[in-house]
Amino acid sequence: MPFYRSHILVCVDPQCLAKGAHELTDALQDELVAQGLIDEIQILETSRIGGCARGPEIMVYPEGTHYVGLTADDAPYLVEEHFLKGRVVEKFVEKEKPVADEELGPPRPKETRIILRNCGAIDPMNIEDYLAADGYQALGKVISEMTAEQVIDEVTRSGLRGRGGAGFPAGRKWALSRQAPGDLKYMVCNADEGDPGAFMNRRVLEGDPHSVIEGMIIGAYAIGASYGYIYCRAEYPLAVQTLNLAIIQAREFGFLGKDILGAGFNFDLEVRVGAGAFVCGEETALMASIMGRRGEPRPRPPFPSVKGVWGKPSNNNNVETYANVPQIILNGADWYASMGTPRSKGTKTFAVGGNVAKPGLIEVPMGITLREIIFEVAGGIKDGRKFKAVQTGGPMGGCLAEAHLDLPLDYEALTQAGSMMGSGGLVVMDETSCMVDIARFFMDFTQAESCGKCAPCRVGTRRILELLEKICDGKGQRGDLERLEDLCHEVAKNSLCGLGQGAPNPVLSTLKLFRDEYEAHVYEKRCPAKVCRSLIRYEIEAPACTGCMVCARNCPVEAISGERRQAHHIDIEKCIRCGICMQVCNFNAVSVLT
Amino acid sequence: MANPIREIPANDPLNSAELKSLLDRIIEENRERPGAVMLVLNETQAKIGHVSPAMQAYIARKLQVPLGQVHGVVTFYSFFKTKPRGKHTVKFCLGTACYVAGTPQLVEKAKQMLGIELGDTTLDGQITLEECRCVGACSQAPVVVVDDEAHGKLRPNKFPQVLKKIQG
Repeated sequence: MPFYRSHILVCVDPQCLAKGAHELTDALQDELVAQGLIDEIQILETSRIGGCARGPEIMVYPEGTHYVGLTADDAPYLVEEHFLKGRVVEKFVEKEKPVADEELGPPRPKETRIILRNCGAIDPMNIEDYLAADGYQALGKVISEMTAEQVIDEVTRSGLRGRGGAGFPAGRKWALSRQAPGDLKYMVCNADEGDPGAFMNRRVLEGDPHSVIEGMIIGAYAIGASYGYIYCRAEYPLAVQTLNLAIIQAREFGFLGKDILGAGFNFDLEVRVGAGAFVCGEETALMASIMGRRGEPRPRPPFPSVKGVWGKPSNNNNVETYANVPQIILNGADWYASMGTPRSKGTKTFAVGGNVAKPGLIEVPMGITLREIIFEVAGGIKDGRKFKAVQTGGPMGGCLAEAHLDLPLDYEALTQAGSMMGSGGLVVMDETSCMVDIARFFMDFTQAESCGKCAPCRVGTRRILELLEKICDGKGQRGDLERLEDLCHEVAKNSLCGLGQGAPNPVLSTLKLFRDEYEAHVYEKRCPAKVCRSLIRYEIEAPACTGCMVCARNCPVEAISGERRQAHHIDIEKCIRCGICMQVCNFNAVSVLT
Repeated sequence: MANPIREIPANDPLNSAELKSLLDRIIEENRERPGAVMLVLNETQAKIGHVSPAMQAYIARKLQVPLGQVHGVVTFYSFFKTKPRGKHTVKFCLGTACYVAGTPQLVEKAKQMLGIELGDTTLDGQITLEECRCVGACSQAPVVVVDDEAHGKLRPNKFPQVLKKIQG
């Protein structure tokens, strides 16, 4: 590899791209060539440096100078000053304290990074960067030293379990796929990360695509597959682009294609893009979609390991599962199994969101408690409010309350508590969130995303949603809560796939833990968290109101009246309880009552 | 639905020589690949912007699959549109974090300013309002995606500035 005295990282996240990051890269490249510096200075494109609001931006290493607000026209001046004369160009230096990447900052206390170790540290668009970080060494080891059985045995002993949420042991699945009769087998990677609030897989695909590809090649070697599909959701265009580039580079380097590393083993890979259907995260639906059909699940068995894409044995794992594999091969099963609880090993990435002080992407060892995640890793609850609940596992998961905070992170422990590990979305809610409204929100989501194939899910989710809407609307009646509970159990028991089976979870778990809130809605027509529109009203407190007119100007229905510098008044009849007045008021003069 | 094969509306992309040859090229490039229906539809949606009933019939005939299969796939996935969209699209993220952080208020504001409902396009064909599921930028909640640009931490009083940019 050539030696460079300096590196320029150009941010190519969507915000900077829109402002011309590519043009800037080209201009810098041209200028470096013109000045004869191209052999000394390398330009890399990377995702997110942190000042995107003032982008396009670049970071120059080893100095660590952060320039923002550059355009292609500035390139000649910048190159001359900084790289020829060695002077920092003050007018472009980021003066404001750099806003750290809120999604993925430097490791926080209690984090252990395996999956995310390369994200942000290497150029995902350049395979050589991955190679320099021990990339494809595991593949070399597997092909030169290990038999397929040894690979499966190593993965089995590591205790790695499916990171898509269900937690099926990866080694066992590989063994099943290997034993399945058939000459032609497929590897499938589920990158259809649809849970609202989850974006772990996106960052891995955008930041370290080769780790996933390497994991898939190793898997293909182990089960005897010759072709693979990465099914990525259409909402992630940058991930698709990064993956496609990575696949081309891997082919050029001989890691994909015919006779990989001269060992007589053939495997190739392509990316298939979804089209916005949540249910395609379900493995049988995903495979139907790859085959160009409606993404409807089918009953299992036969499991995809036996009968999957094009009716052939297909091994389906999540992005994160595959990304773990090279590290397990390199460092050994014992190393991996040393982290976590007796039943759940290794680390798990989470996207922490909601009302926490420091939201973002984290990777923690299994066995850590939810309390540690929320209060130590994520900085506790925002604005000093009180913790109320945490939703794990996305719309098929459940809410957990204060009492569950000391549970160790473990597939079985979370399931027993009424939630699930899921793919790793973690939404934290404080006292300003209404649990009935949250349940309604998730039901609205699953109801819309139900594919309609089986009646319990298609009709059941609709009926559950109607009941919840009725309750939120203040029209709940005696007996509704019991009916809701019955219905939830029926839908969970009788639905065809994981979507319907899991859909009632948010309702059931909140009914169990926050029944008093449901009861307040039904019997007292009151929303304790002051969220449900039909049960609240807004008022302006005369002493605090300065008559600045901001609320009146922003009110969408002109329900606020009052003269300038006089206290304003909200017309309850006109008010649609959108809450905009409260958000825009600078004097905290608007209050909400229930 | 009018017979999409015999009655092709005047403004249908099939009546534009340029778009029709683009569609032909997309079909030709993908027809031999397994799972061609999705591939063709994805590319058509990306390059032409929608898949009209007439185009569905055309694709089905060219790929030699039943029209029902093409129509079934188009209506199953939310990314496929059967009608042309506005020049600009404003999408409101309704993921959990954005919902909690105040997307509903932003939607109210947008409806009030443009006088259209979610899913509709303004009469001048300029702006389409849409809701979308999580765009994966939850730490920036609430997020509104205008064309391909994401605006995070948006408050209702800042929304007019965002609209102004695309209204020119």
